[in-house]
Amino acid sequence: MKKGFIYLLLIISVSACSKSDSPETETYEPTPLPLSIPQLFSDRIISPVIPNNNPQTVEGVALGKKLFFDTKLSGDETMACASCHSPQSAFTNNTPTSEGIDGVFGTRNSMPLFNLAWNYRERFTWDGKQLSIERQALEPVENPIEMHSDWTDVINKLQSDSEYPELFRLAFKTSLITKELTTKAIAQFERTLISANSRFDRYTLGQETLTSQELNGLDVFLREDKGDCFHCHGTPSNPLWTDNIFHNNGLDTNVTDLGLGGVTGDSNDNGKFKSPSLRNLAYTAPYMHDGRFETLDQVIEFYSTGLQNSTTIDVLMKNIDNGGVQLSTQDKADLKAFLLSLSDPSFLTNPDFQE
Amino acid sequence: MKRFFALLLCSTLAFTSCGEDLDDNLVLKTEAETTFNFTHNWDETEVTSASFDSIQYLNQNGDSLSIEKLRYLISDITFSREGEEDIVLDIYNLVDVTNSTNLSFSPETKIPLGQYTNVSFTYGFDDEDNIENAYPDLNSENWEVPNIQMFGNIGGYHYMQLEGRFINNADEETTYAYHNIRAADGMATPITTQDTSIQVNLGAITITNDITFQVKMNIAEWFQNTYQWDLNTWNSSLMGNFDAQLRMNENGQNVFSLGTVTQ
Ligand code: HEC
Ligand code: HEC
Repeated sequence: MKKGFIYLLLIISVSACSKSDSPETETYEPTPLPLSIPQLFSDRIISPVIPNNNPQTVEGVALGKKLFFDTKLSGDETMACASCHSPQSAFTNNTPTSEGIDGVFGTRNSMPLFNLAWNYRERFTWDGKQLSIERQALEPVENPIEMHSDWTDVINKLQSDSEYPELFRLAFKTSLITKELTTKAIAQFERTLISANSRFDRYTLGQETLTSQELNGLDVFLREDKGDCFHCHGTPSNPLWTDNIFHNNGLDTNVTDLGLGGVTGDSNDNGKFKSPSLRNLAYTAPYMHDGRFETLDQVIEFYSTGLQNSTTIDVLMKNIDNGGVQLSTQDKADLKAFLLSLSDPSFLTNPDFQE
Repeated sequence: MKRFFALLLCSTLAFTSCGEDLDDNLVLKTEAETTFNFTHNWDETEVTSASFDSIQYLNQNGDSLSIEKLRYLISDITFSREGEEDIVLDIYNLVDVTNSTNLSFSPETKIPLGQYTNVSFTYGFDDEDNIENAYPDLNSENWEVPNIQMFGNIGGYHYMQLEGRFINNADEETTYAYHNIRAADGMATPITTQDTSIQVNLGAITITNDITFQVKMNIAEWFQNTYQWDLNTWNSSLMGNFDAQLRMNENGQNVFSLGTVTQ
């Protein structure tokens, strides 16, 4: 009896390994779709972050795109991710803060979405509270002042839809929809949002000339005795135009939104927000975490004369007692011209990114 | 039957797992793995990111200061032997005290056992290695120096970023950014640059086994020996300040020392 049992176990274990016994097994595999990394990025910076458990595939990206534009993800089916992250605005919107489905406004400016896979530390949102693109995508759906829905409802809606179960099968080899797979697909789509074709990019590649005003603006941006912007927003050596690190750039003396401090609980982090990329500023107004500045002129004036001192103001902000770096009228105009050369109109019209 | 299997399994496991150990013992060790542990102190006090952000250090000039950020680059670890060519490891490591990363560095290359007249490394990059855009991982860390006239029209990389706050002569809390790079005088004609990286000598050592060097940085030394640094005059915009860079180089000579060695 005992022996028989052992043999049985043996047979089971052997047969479990053999493929021929399970004809049901799906042999289908989604088609890999490696990110197309721009030359400038592969020349200058290290590879993007793609989690092992969520490789990019043709079917995953297509599904993610459909989900990103789908209002089914919101409680009353009036709002999609794209409502606050519109391709025409470099995947942000143009109000200082955003109105959710119930007409309530949040406290933060929506963020443009591009080159997210190169955020090496993987801290997302203004205060860094989201630790991956996948996890970030869970949040807006249930946020009461954003899409105000419930993942169980969303999954039920998607599962009973005529198309989604098949699209999930194609992307993930299962038609059983979960919120994890939903956010994986959205994240795959978000990783494809790459912007690397501004006039400045082409200038760096030797394919375009810049005006002397733009070049002087770059000098203002880089010079220690002028703008000194590069320690946080980068140099031509790093095409991301951000350090993706948290700083207090001197907006307020008394901070109301703690920013990173609210996440870490460390008061030394109060008022620190993630440096935004300076790409695509032409399309992403208004500016700062609360959208307080409507124009780039206002932003430049702020850095020039409007800094507010506080205990956590970044040590790289200079001449704080006099309000900032005190640029001349000419330098301000040149700086603005340079900043605008970092905008990439082809990113707005890329057919892969449209609904 | 069962027992037989169990026995077979055990003995196979035992034999295969013992195999390598036996070999190891038979072959004489000829090379050592080396590890460099970077530790930081303000005179007698240990400094880690946990001690950042509060004004608690007093420099030779009498200014109280805090540290909020500290990262620096080391490169070209070199082992020198009597009568033989130096072993130069063409590596670099960005020590990031703020984020407690790369505080320990183990070069891939193993080093032959034996007597060495000196073990040394370069603080920063010497001119040969300090090449614009040569290191995508350092660009990704925003470690580069912009290629503009003010910094010598040459690009390259920072050596160190030491930042914090201090109490100035007017008794106000203010900020400093002690950034060290290759010295450049962008206003001179022609523009001059000077390699201000520092060769740090850890001294003679006999390597008999895998070895770990503790490399200590006394941060207080950046402000003294032999130049008494006054933060009231030199606190920011120092990258393009040729004289300030030379003084950093002067004070940097005594910043590093060898701590404990274990092997
Ligand atoms: C009601 C407007 C709104 C909707 C709808 C919305 N977002 Fe956002 N999004 C924001 C705001 C505001 C922020 C900044 C949040 C913060 O800092 O707390 C943000 C931040 C982000 C970020 C962080 C970007 C970065 O660089 O750190 C990502 C990614 C993102 N949203 C993706 C999505 C996805 C995916 C959806 C749909 C599931 C979505 N958003 C729906 C307003 C919205
Ligand atoms: C100490 C780091 C630091 C320096 C130096 C710095 N910035 Fe910023 N910048 C930030 C941070 C952080 C934000 C976001 C702040 C917030 O919203 O609370 C920001 C926001 C901006 C924005 C708004 C972008 C958007 O999408 O909302 C622009 C434009 C900008 N900075 C340009 C500049 C220019 C030009 C300079 C030089 C004159 C400069 N910055 C210097 C850290 C810095």
